[in-house]
Amino acid sequence: MLTDLLGIPPQVLFGQLLLGLINGAFYAVLSLGLAVIFGLLNIVNFSHGALYMLGAFATLALVQFFGIGYWGALVLAPLMVGALGIVIERLLLRRLVGVDHLYGLLLTFGLALVIEGTFVKLFGASGIPYAAPAALSGGVNLGFMFLPWYRAWVVLASVVVCLATWLLFERTKIGAYLRAGTENPKLLQAFGVNVPMLTTLAYGYGVALAAFAGVLAAPITQVNPLMGSNLIIVVFAVVVIGGMGSIIGAIVTGLAMGMIEGLTKVFWPEASATVIFLVMAIVLILRPAGLFGKTA
Amino acid sequence: MKLFNTLAASASALALLASGASAEISGGSVKIGLLTDMSGTYSDLAGPGTIAAAEMAIEEFGGKVAGAPVELVSADHQNKADIAANTAREWGDTGQVDAFAELVTTSVAMAVFEVAKQQNKIALVSGAATSALTNDACIPTGLHWTYNTRAQAVGTGASIVAEGGDSWYFLTADYAFGEALQKDVSKVVEAAGGTVVGAAKHPFPASDFSSFMLQAQASGAKVIGLANAGNDTINAIKAAKEFGIVDAGQKIAGLLVFLSDIHALGLETAQGMQMTVSFYWDRTDATREWSKRFYDRTGKMPTGVQAGTYSSVLHYLKAIEATGSDDTDTVLAKMRELPVNDIFAENGVLRSDGRMVHDMYLAEVKSPADSSQPWDYLKIVRTIPGEEAFGPLSESTCPTK
Repeated sequence: MLTDLLGIPPQVLFGQLLLGLINGAFYAVLSLGLAVIFGLLNIVNFSHGALYMLGAFATLALVQFFGIGYWGALVLAPLMVGALGIVIERLLLRRLVGVDHLYGLLLTFGLALVIEGTFVKLFGASGIPYAAPAALSGGVNLGFMFLPWYRAWVVLASVVVCLATWLLFERTKIGAYLRAGTENPKLLQAFGVNVPMLTTLAYGYGVALAAFAGVLAAPITQVNPLMGSNLIIVVFAVVVIGGMGSIIGAIVTGLAMGMIEGLTKVFWPEASATVIFLVMAIVLILRPAGLFGKTA
Repeated sequence: MKLFNTLAASASALALLASGASAEISGGSVKIGLLTDMSGTYSDLAGPGTIAAAEMAIEEFGGKVAGAPVELVSADHQNKADIAANTAREWGDTGQVDAFAELVTTSVAMAVFEVAKQQNKIALVSGAATSALTNDACIPTGLHWTYNTRAQAVGTGASIVAEGGDSWYFLTADYAFGEALQKDVSKVVEAAGGTVVGAAKHPFPASDFSSFMLQAQASGAKVIGLANAGNDTINAIKAAKEFGIVDAGQKIAGLLVFLSDIHALGLETAQGMQMTVSFYWDRTDATREWSKRFYDRTGKMPTGVQAGTYSSVLHYLKAIEATGSDDTDTVLAKMRELPVNDIFAENGVLRSDGRMVHDMYLAEVKSPADSSQPWDYLKIVRTIPGEEAFGPLSESTCPTK
């Protein structure tokens, strides 16, 4: 067996691949949101990590102030943060239409620093625990590893949301408008489609996806003001590898990078934080537009 | 012209007066530069709380020592050694800072040690943990106050081996501190008859520990030692619980756990865990009284790093008060001469290798049922005498001891 040759028992390898898939599910949902936003607004949304964190904090706030538990939060938190996203788009990003990309990047990056800084000041950096819902506590012994039910649910929920988004973009009329908007917004507007409204909604949706990932993450890690800043750079690498703005690219690359990272944690744990960037560098050299991107 | 002369005369008289008031105090004031992690992974265990603690020490002197005002300046080093070293150098060169304080994160402390050595200024280390600071990496003016990796190892490591946890696997933060902690604990485990079966180094900081936990589980070791700190420890403990590691019979040993970590985890998750602490607020009347004041300022009970910062600054000021000078060598000699007696240490001794030797405490995290009030988290199981925790001076490899 190859695995025996490498000195790693197969069950350990399966376990790590599965864990990689779970992390990949987070990467997929987050990079999907980024891809949607970039596709339509041409904005590199650096506040994505902060909005993901807000999703987790919204989950916490819902249970503390309104007694609304996990399942309610799964729907409400993305709506709340998505609404905030719409406000951000209307008030701030709207003003940057037509100027250099760099301004959007700087604005969203600054926004992320302000949001995260405020939350560190208010809640400290160690975070607050959030218990997984009772229905998903415990787990199952797969023989090669113990799989917590909650982690299995994360993969399921992420894949469903990713597929739904893909279908929305590829198979519905709204999706067709959205894709047309990416190609040629002026022409689309000439056909009587309200393009500014479309971009606002697309930003809100991308942000809601980030918040959804935040709700999924809340019971796993601490609900922590810095939870997004640790993740966002990796997610950007995923988007670049998949091809900026490519929906399917974001999903597939997210899952794949999670698994590559998982394998690295077995063979060379110290390098697990860098492996995705290595892949990014290689992809950029060989295919500058990304694996699923259209070559310009 | 006459007015000018009068002004000039009174100005020089004032200058004379000022220098007379504190003849031996350079620049007319004592300035302490505190470098800490204000917003990152260590900001709860050190961070703003250490500034509050240093201020409390200064206020105890009424803001003045040997007739000169005491000033505190602080900066966020973001856990980056280069930022810390540059800030310290600037403070020392042009900011008239007399001593550096706190310095959480091993790499930061080591970088500031270089600066302190060049500028011959005192470095009062509280948050950084590596025992190298008073061994190979020691400097004549570097003082290591709160704990070190050896003391943590002696407390938690030895007691777990004694309870039958004789095979260990380490999850180690991949930088100087993690390695030092793993090395010191390994020594203690092996000396007590235990074995180390393996280790995995994780990136610092890391958020997902499930993969490393699974590797630790596969190793079959009885004890999984967490050679990390702050949020890394919190996330690792959470992952261990989620993946049923503890239920399956393996024991998790947090080797550098702080009160702020227990607060963040909650007793439900953390209960039963053993930890070695340098300070616990609910130990004596004096610690309770001081901690209560700290709580009123910050809204949190102090960690050992925060109480240690208070103690080190207080002791530094005591030495200046006693000698009437802020000259590094004079103050250092006095600090070594005076025993350290405050809410943090009882009869602490400052050794020539820079180590402040004081008692440490082995504690156990209470169950939610045993906890009777907010922040009532720990039960002190054993007092570890200073000599046992930090080892004798003869053990130190510091060349200038």
